[in-house]
Amino acid sequence: MIHIDIHKKLHGSNGNMNLDVNLTINEGDFLALAGQSGSGKTTLLRILAGLEISNGTLKIGDEIWQDEKFSLAPQKRGIGFVFQDYALFPNMTVEENLHFVNKDKALAKHLLELTELSSLKNRVPTTLSGGQKQRVSLCRALMNRPKILLMDEPLSALDPTMRTKLQNEISTLHKEFGTTTIMVSHDPSEIYRLASRVVVLNQGKIISDGTPKEVLLKTSGSQKFSFDGELLDIVKVDVIYVAIVAIGQQLVEVVVDDTQAKSLIIGDSVTISTKAFAPIILPHEK
Amino acid sequence: MSETLQNLEFTPFILSFKLAGITTVILFMMAVPLSWYLSQTKSKAKPFLEAFTALPIVLPPSVLGFYILVSLSQNSPIGAFFDEYFGVKLVFNFTGLVVASCFYSLPFMVQPLQGGFESLNKNMLEASYIAGKGKLQTVFEVALPNIKPAVLTAIIITFAHTVGEFGVVLMVGGSIPGETKVASVAIYEMVEIMDYTTAHIYSGIMVIISFLVLLSVYIFNDKQNKKIGGFHV
Repeated sequence: MIHIDIHKKLHGSNGNMNLDVNLTINEGDFLALAGQSGSGKTTLLRILAGLEISNGTLKIGDEIWQDEKFSLAPQKRGIGFVFQDYALFPNMTVEENLHFVNKDKALAKHLLELTELSSLKNRVPTTLSGGQKQRVSLCRALMNRPKILLMDEPLSALDPTMRTKLQNEISTLHKEFGTTTIMVSHDPSEIYRLASRVVVLNQGKIISDGTPKEVLLKTSGSQKFSFDGELLDIVKVDVIYVAIVAIGQQLVEVVVDDTQAKSLIIGDSVTISTKAFAPIILPHEK
Repeated sequence: MSETLQNLEFTPFILSFKLAGITTVILFMMAVPLSWYLSQTKSKAKPFLEAFTALPIVLPPSVLGFYILVSLSQNSPIGAFFDEYFGVKLVFNFTGLVVASCFYSLPFMVQPLQGGFESLNKNMLEASYIAGKGKLQTVFEVALPNIKPAVLTAIIITFAHTVGEFGVVLMVGGSIPGETKVASVAIYEMVEIMDYTTAHIYSGIMVIISFLVLLSVYIFNDKQNKKIGGFHV
């Protein structure tokens, strides 16, 4: 069991706020941390890693990492951390990056095989693609068999195809090692695929906590499905109006009537939902 | 001319390079911890330390030489202490030159190293701490190997700058042949006694060596930058 009870004053871009997090995480859980930028997600990870100071207590199993008088150095916590920008050591080869953490050659070999990096083990990071770098970073983080694996938006710099591939690898590694994992992510599909629990932070406070299904599925009441998006434009076509809305990476057109068109403001966040018919799902052509 | 060449005394050059070599080694050992501290600290003392370190760049060498002379001579507490306990005199000999050069060339070692350390990806250093490595191991195995151009610049510029010093050396060392008469002082003396042939040869050698040293630094740094492609990987 991991007990987190911490407080910290933050001076963020949205002014001052208090980070107040009280959380208990089961061993082996995969927890996703979501929330808007500046809500304190990264700070929370850094506090867990011992890279930032805060008030309160951190208890991991029977080990105390932090209490009122004491804070365990990051070197002694035995965690794994995956940074958004990979943070590999450019002066070392892939294999050396792993061995820097721990000389366990068998583990390094196993991790590189699992992530299909064996053929690249003698390359230096500058010669790798973003996806390859992040896989090295993930392997490196697992080299000390961490008690907790912390990942700060690990896949946000990658393209969607690479993201899916790495999600599968993260999932494989999590099944194999059973490491308690906390991942900051903005991507609902990623959270749904990987996490067993989602905690949403807003202004430093937990505003929802539950399974991905409970937290992420936006439908409520009798709506069959609904999407959040941004209203990009409203175009008049003959007697009707067509609203153009960006949902994720896609643009859709929705017919709106005269009064609606007047009440909507371009740039607004909107929800598109329907309950009149059963939607049909067609697989994408590959 | 050929007679002058045959009788040419190379001791001043050997002294200059010996002085520069020893100064560079001592300064590198002192500057790594200092510049690392300056690059990482959020202390309010930082600008004061930085200003103090940079003083030798702006101060006239005579001011620096004067203070070093006053504080290290046998009449000063420091000079008296070294003389009494170690039997070492700190002025008008080679040891004094080394001490003076370490002050004089300090910013040329600290500034490139500090710049290099500051350019490093902070996450990369934190990744090293998380991997269980202490500060010492992080500096030597992660930080320094990733700022090779800065390290080389610091070493070469310090070396070259020490070879090129004149005012401080003259004040603290005088011009004792084989002991404190370095190349720059020797050239000054040749001009004073109007031996322009020797002055030309000495000066020419200085220009060529200095140019070659700087050229090799720039060539190396260009290659390194192409190889590393910036520090943020």
